[in-house]
Amino acid sequence: MSATRTGRKPPRVGDAPVFRRLLIGIVLVFVALLILAPLVIIGVEAFSKGWAVYRDTILHPDTQHAIMLTVLAALIAVPVNTAFGVAAAWAITKFDFRGRRFLLVVIEIPFSVSPIVAGVAYLFVYGLQGIFGPTLDAWDIKILFAIPGIILASMFVTAPFVARELIPLMQAQGRDLEEAATSLGASGWRTFLSVTLPNIKWALLYGVVLCNARVMGEFGAVSVVSGNIRGQTNTLPLHIELLYHDYQAAGAFASASILALIAVFTIIAKVALERQGAGRVRASDPSAANPAEKAL
Amino acid sequence: MRRNVLPGLRLSLGVTLFYVGLIVVLPIAALVFKAASLGPEDYWRIVSSARALASYRVTVLAALGATLFNLFFGLALAWVLVRYRFPGWRLVDAMVDLPFALPTAVAGISLTALFTANGWFGSILADFGIKVAYTPLGIMIAMCFTSLPFIVRTVQPVLEDLDPALEEAAQSLGGSDFAIFRKVILPLLTPALLAGVSLSFARCLGEFGAIIFIAGNQPMSTEITALLIFIRLEEYDYPAAAAIASVLLITALVMLALTNWMQSRALRYTVRS
Repeated sequence: MSATRTGRKPPRVGDAPVFRRLLIGIVLVFVALLILAPLVIIGVEAFSKGWAVYRDTILHPDTQHAIMLTVLAALIAVPVNTAFGVAAAWAITKFDFRGRRFLLVVIEIPFSVSPIVAGVAYLFVYGLQGIFGPTLDAWDIKILFAIPGIILASMFVTAPFVARELIPLMQAQGRDLEEAATSLGASGWRTFLSVTLPNIKWALLYGVVLCNARVMGEFGAVSVVSGNIRGQTNTLPLHIELLYHDYQAAGAFASASILALIAVFTIIAKVALERQGAGRVRASDPSAANPAEKAL
Repeated sequence: MRRNVLPGLRLSLGVTLFYVGLIVVLPIAALVFKAASLGPEDYWRIVSSARALASYRVTVLAALGATLFNLFFGLALAWVLVRYRFPGWRLVDAMVDLPFALPTAVAGISLTALFTANGWFGSILADFGIKVAYTPLGIMIAMCFTSLPFIVRTVQPVLEDLDPALEEAAQSLGGSDFAIFRKVILPLLTPALLAGVSLSFARCLGEFGAIIFIAGNQPMSTEITALLIFIRLEEYDYPAAAAIASVLLITALVMLALTNWMQSRALRYTVRS
């Protein structure tokens, strides 16, 4: 922000050419080995048995079903989590109430809990040995080892994604605009749609994109609650595991290539949204992360 | 106290509490309830069994190793991305998020393919007598991959906001680059580094998908705690699964509390700058 006074930038720490080149070199080598290579090998392995095997794997009914189920889970879990994220952000940033900070921490829980633990926890709610298990069984409602369980587990794992993007941003934006709109007679929904939403749309989309990537890729939690029934409750990540353990490595990598492609598109969307300013105001931003001080 | 004129508190808070209650709190409470219903003796016997202890050991050691590696590599990567401009730096910056965006199962099979004895890296390492796949080292590499972005992304913004005047002052006083880095820059980065370390470590402890493919999954040596829970479930030993899962859950909650505490502590010093 400064250092442009003299027109020539003064040398900063670590700007010695030798050090600079060495550090860039080392870092790039590790990035290539640790991040780029895993991505490249997916493509290489997926086509290792040729285009025909690749096509057959993708068009196989089990793979098609897994894709459909993954898309279905995303189509339900992502909008529900988006609605929740918006509601949570509105409640937490536009009002002062006791326990607000605690609520913030509780919303973050799924982010730090192991997906396996999440899956086990759902087992003890809806499974036969769980709280609602016997009742659900008596009514013949299947949640676990069926599609609803997969969707519920996905919702748990991604619950914080949208809220986490919106809360720091809406905190930083304050309440003045909404208060002005309301005092001029706008209804709550009108205020949200025409005042708040335009200011948060990129951050909202950013959260949605990340949430979607995680729902489609979730493995641990879903593998506990799905029952892994081939052609019935297998999502794409579970299908990959199944093929892999069936010694169909090329098939597993072919299926994995779809998810890898989604990951690449996610990153492209993320970069594009960051250009619009999304993802800038984060928890690491002091003014945003300290709601108490900012709100007063 | 300002009077709040905004509408929607009841609706938004109601939806939030209902959803958090149903999706987050209820399952966790059910798990805690199940584990608690075991009674202290049985609980202790399960969570301190030799196999469980061995799983904690390999999980924690691999997580420590991975976090230590990411501490250095993550810091170097953040430094390079903030301080230097070189062809393709934007691409590298975008690639840092790949471990977050790539599903863990996909990462698991591709890392395994790279590091098996006849894989690209595995065959080279085998010449030096190093085995990665199906050893604790493989677990560590999978953890390194999945948790790498945490430290980079927590350090990066702080490094960007660092006031150049601080370095200039130190330089004008005759400090060497290394001394300035150690005595001026590093202390300012420490809160962010610690936050990144705790996030990364927590993620390593809970990681499952990326690890199970590359780990040998041998009881007592390469079986991580998350996998042991899964195995207990497959054996229909639900009480044991609940007990061991509760250990991971408690660890995660402690890590979450620790991270929150550290972040609020760190902000105490940065807010005023």
